[in-house]
Amino acid sequence: MNNVSKTLYPNNWKKPPFIKRSWLRWSIIIGSILYLIAALSSMDINIQRVLEGIPRGQRFIESFFPPNFSDNRGVVWEGILESIWMAIISTVAGIALSIPIGLGAARNLAPLWVYMTCRFIIAASRTFPEIILAIFAVKLFGFGPFAGFIALSLGTIGFFAKLLAEDIENSSPAQAEAVKATGANWFQWINYAIQPQVMPRMIGLSVYRLDINFRESAVVGIVGGGGIGATLNTAFSRYEFDTAAAILLVIIGIVMVLEYASSHLRKWVQ
Amino acid sequence: MLKLENLTKRYNTGDLALQGIDLSIPNGQVLALIGPSGAGKSTLIRCINRLVEPTNGSAILNEVNLTKLSSRALRKSRRKMGMIFQEYALVERLTVMENVLSGRLGYVGFWKSFLRRFPKKDVNEAFRLLDRVGLLEMADKRADELSGGQRQRVGICRALIQDPDLLLVDEPTASLDPKTSRQIMRLINELCQERGLTAIINIHDVLLAQMFSQRIVGLALGNIVYDGSPEGLTPEVLTKIYGEEDWSATIEKVDDEDEEV
Amino acid sequence: MVVQKKQDELIWKKRTTREQWINWFYWLIGISIVLFAWKIISDKTVWFFVQDAPRQAADIGSRMVPPKWSYSLELIKPVWDTINIATLGTVIAMIIAVPVAFCAARNTTPHSTVRIVALFIIVASRSVNSLIWALMLVFILGPGVLAGTVAIGLRSIGFCAKLIYESIEEIDANQVEAVKATGASNLQQMIYGIIPQVLPTIAGVGIYRWDINIRESTILGLVGAGGIGLQLNGSINTLAWTQVSTILLVILATVFVSEWVSAKVRGAII
Repeated sequence: MNNVSKTLYPNNWKKPPFIKRSWLRWSIIIGSILYLIAALSSMDINIQRVLEGIPRGQRFIESFFPPNFSDNRGVVWEGILESIWMAIISTVAGIALSIPIGLGAARNLAPLWVYMTCRFIIAASRTFPEIILAIFAVKLFGFGPFAGFIALSLGTIGFFAKLLAEDIENSSPAQAEAVKATGANWFQWINYAIQPQVMPRMIGLSVYRLDINFRESAVVGIVGGGGIGATLNTAFSRYEFDTAAAILLVIIGIVMVLEYASSHLRKWVQ
Repeated sequence: MLKLENLTKRYNTGDLALQGIDLSIPNGQVLALIGPSGAGKSTLIRCINRLVEPTNGSAILNEVNLTKLSSRALRKSRRKMGMIFQEYALVERLTVMENVLSGRLGYVGFWKSFLRRFPKKDVNEAFRLLDRVGLLEMADKRADELSGGQRQRVGICRALIQDPDLLLVDEPTASLDPKTSRQIMRLINELCQERGLTAIINIHDVLLAQMFSQRIVGLALGNIVYDGSPEGLTPEVLTKIYGEEDWSATIEKVDDEDEEV
Repeated sequence: MVVQKKQDELIWKKRTTREQWINWFYWLIGISIVLFAWKIISDKTVWFFVQDAPRQAADIGSRMVPPKWSYSLELIKPVWDTINIATLGTVIAMIIAVPVAFCAARNTTPHSTVRIVALFIIVASRSVNSLIWALMLVFILGPGVLAGTVAIGLRSIGFCAKLIYESIEEIDANQVEAVKATGASNLQQMIYGIIPQVLPTIAGVGIYRWDINIRESTILGLVGAGGIGLQLNGSINTLAWTQVSTILLVILATVFVSEWVSAKVRGAII
């Protein structure tokens, strides 16, 4: 029996392909290859230019070292502080605006027309990167940190209100129902049934957003929105690369501290 | 022949999980290892194939001292020890066939295994084993699509395709229902008989241990407190292994089961 | 929580008096920081411009309509470039991020020094915004799509590697142990035990980041690194507001389509 069956079993086995329909599989593979060829050829890489760039890049990187922390004119320190204040105030303002919008964008809390309006605001603020918002803010409010503050606050809405709304929609309906059953009014209901469920995550997210806003504040300055970005841009345009290196290192350092702090805070809150 | 001599394991936490185990198992014997949780059953079998490094003592399989092997030689020796896991431990996102063939990893080179180009003999054997456990149709299914009992059968195939001398079985029925548990234990037992395999089976369930093994070893707090035949498990012995409890029901039921079988 | 006894009456309060004071104190500190930040920002603001902003906004808004539809034909190439920057940048990032993630995960790292290096790469790449990467790369590689692609790639390494290494640390160790028990070598344990478990995450992270990168690559043109940002910057500088609105609508459409594509692909894979 054993000897007979030995010949019966196949000797070869192939892993079934991930995409079962073969025409689809092949069209995806060929399509990807064609895309890569088209994309790479349209990139118009000037080898000459890149080769020239190598020694220049070397010099460029060399001129970063040693980073110049001396900060002769005090601009780095001032820029960092401005960025920090900008990050704090835009996070607070952004979250304050996000809470009503987030509540409104949760389908289980809000009537349809409120829901649609709030979702539209969120989608609009999420589509455009902070930097585009900053360009317009600078046009409207003039150069300086106020424009950056407006841009970052608007960016915070898209981030925070969306996550808040999703969190509320995912919260336990049983708890919400139980509180509603006691005869609580709408505000009591939010305060007792919804808030305790979403609060810990929201605290974590606000620290995370503070972190993002600080990082973004380093770039809104490039288009005139104040903060360390403005200082960095000046350093680049004056070819003070050692100062630029110092600024970048300071940014990395602060981001690390913020990240460390936020992970601790999140653990502590939960 | 597997021989354990003064096998000791102290974890970094300071817990002494095995306190100098001496045990020898002749070829072809199916041995059930019983004892309460935390008695050191899992540690014991993992010290044999050194998934857990023993602190002291030796484990000798067919004249090879496993505890002294270099990591390369250890890998070679592991090929001769099939292991079946609690909760199956299949790689869930791979197909049944890949899971079975992964038992041959110790025999094939990296690139062959990377490209899934296993020798014809292995593929043939894998199909034969899957047919033996009744899963031939499932070869191309993903492991996480199977039921608990089916997954454990795949786990058995993975261990057997290694062509082992020794089978290390860790709580094979822990997450299965009573009926499936018996089927799995019967299957393991039959396969051991067919191939003349030595096996150590860790098991919670005293009944199953009695039904499907030739010899029972009771472990308590890292020490062997019973070593004998399944019939020798008296209430006194069970008290020694597990602590004070009314054992009469357990023993009686054993008699019933025997009649049934 | 505290229950006090006052003239035969039990009074329940959530906090003790001391806790109440400490709580108020924290609020006081928080509010002072925010007010201080606000003062700093407002001191640097020219309020005349801010007061003028609504009129300005209305003015610019009216100049933006109707969008100059004919201009959208000229945007085809920039949009193509933008998509290429995002896609190729993501591909580059993933090729580097996967090995970095394996070096950074506690359970797969070859050595603890390697782990520290990998973690530093992750932090450094994450802290520096893609626009700043682009700013530096334009100096080295010259303006164009290549600088943008590399900038997106460098920025995304940290993000992708971080998410991937976190999921590597959370894999089911039993499955790996089972593969190890068959006598598999370390590399074989990797391809049979670990990679199948993290593959869905790797794919998901790649798509998620691609979606973000589409957004990010729309702005790289501001510093000359290719893509539609170049046209945006030019149009704003020349006050060609009808072109600006056309560009914004095109960006909106691109982002919308990319979000739809990524949702579809994610649904198909996971």
